[in-house]
Amino acid sequence: MKNKLYKNATTAIFDIESGASLMSGGFGLCGIAENLIDALCEKDIKNITAISNNIGNQGKGLAKLLKQHKISKAYCSYVGGNPDLEEQMLSNEVDVELVPQGTFAERIRAAGMGVRAFYTPTGYGTLIAKGKDVKEFDRPCILETALHADFAIIKAQKGDKYGNLWFKESARNFSPLMAMAAKVTIVEVEELVELGEIASEDVHVPGVFVQRIFQGSNYQNDIEFLKTSEAKE
Amino acid sequence: MWSKQEMALEVVNLIGNDSTVNLGIGMPTLVAELMPKEKGVMLHSENGVLGVEGRPSESTVSATLINAGKETISVYPYASYFDSALSFGMIRGGHIDYCVLGGMEVDILGNLANWMIPGAKVTGMGGAMDLVNGAKEVIIMMGHFNKKGVSKMTALCSLPLTGAKVVHTVVTDHGVFKPQGDTFKIIKLAAGITKADLKNNKLFS
Repeated sequence: MKNKLYKNATTAIFDIESGASLMSGGFGLCGIAENLIDALCEKDIKNITAISNNIGNQGKGLAKLLKQHKISKAYCSYVGGNPDLEEQMLSNEVDVELVPQGTFAERIRAAGMGVRAFYTPTGYGTLIAKGKDVKEFDRPCILETALHADFAIIKAQKGDKYGNLWFKESARNFSPLMAMAAKVTIVEVEELVELGEIASEDVHVPGVFVQRIFQGSNYQNDIEFLKTSEAKE
Repeated sequence: MWSKQEMALEVVNLIGNDSTVNLGIGMPTLVAELMPKEKGVMLHSENGVLGVEGRPSESTVSATLINAGKETISVYPYASYFDSALSFGMIRGGHIDYCVLGGMEVDILGNLANWMIPGAKVTGMGGAMDLVNGAKEVIIMMGHFNKKGVSKMTALCSLPLTGAKVVHTVVTDHGVFKPQGDTFKIIKLAAGITKADLKNNKLFS
């Protein structure tokens, strides 16, 4: 078995250079690779293509890289709640390609699964369909292509040294898809566990999709909107 | 005119028992709060949750359990979690019975615009384009008129579309309507509202 264990985020991103394309798991700030993002902030890189549903939010997550002007191109589905991205999009500093969220997920999944392209009704008759092949099935559909990346940065709750991963609650979101779609998938975990500790039935991402893994630290796990049954809105 | 709560109750009445429902962010979240448990509705959240219950208590709140609005939630014991591709497969594959979304404009053809105002505001479409093309029934919940008093119910949307010919029902503060291609059919008007209050009454039948 190949040894995939790294010491920390800094050593695990040694070959991420300027111009790289980077997928980043998470929905808003839920399930983001906090240690890896911080390590990228410390690195002198620019012109990163970021592929992430939100590109951070509220100045956190990938928005830290935006603040440092390290991102020049972004693929995402939603920019609301991310003032750094909105600002850099309107000033043309970051070239943003907005992708419908289901198409975004499926393009990434397709890349990992070896599917080159697929037809979907999503976006037909809208700006998203501009320049895309249209074909009539039961309904008109547009052709969408697979979305690959050089690297994926992922956070999982548990992982072993082979790279088998387990995610907590709704923190899974785009991470398993991105792990499959990138040439090099780097994973940080809250709990690095022994081989076999994640029951085989419960492996969410089989380790074949993971190239590097390390024990993360100092997790903030920010909540964007805290709503409880006690607090009346 | 209906309050937002009254609008949400109208939406609740449109939703069949034991169905699977996706609620958009903003006004549609009120629908979750007013949905009677006896209806047996399973709520889907596109970030990867099926079986949303409500709000967690301060002792059970979890940073990794949120809805599409990035708010903390609680789930039923029979809930399931999944990745975003599976979540949108549920949507695109026709496994979700209803979606309820906010709107900026709806026209008589059933076109919906709700994701950008060119030159002014871009939030992105999030999952809305998938939802309107995938859910079996698309319900839009919005004010009838914008802040300038212009009707959001139009002959033809002027803003960039979220989906073409996708809307089944619109619930506004003035009533419940169905786009028919040539007009909006009036299903119900709010108490005290007459057809004249809808202003462009050629659009309504």
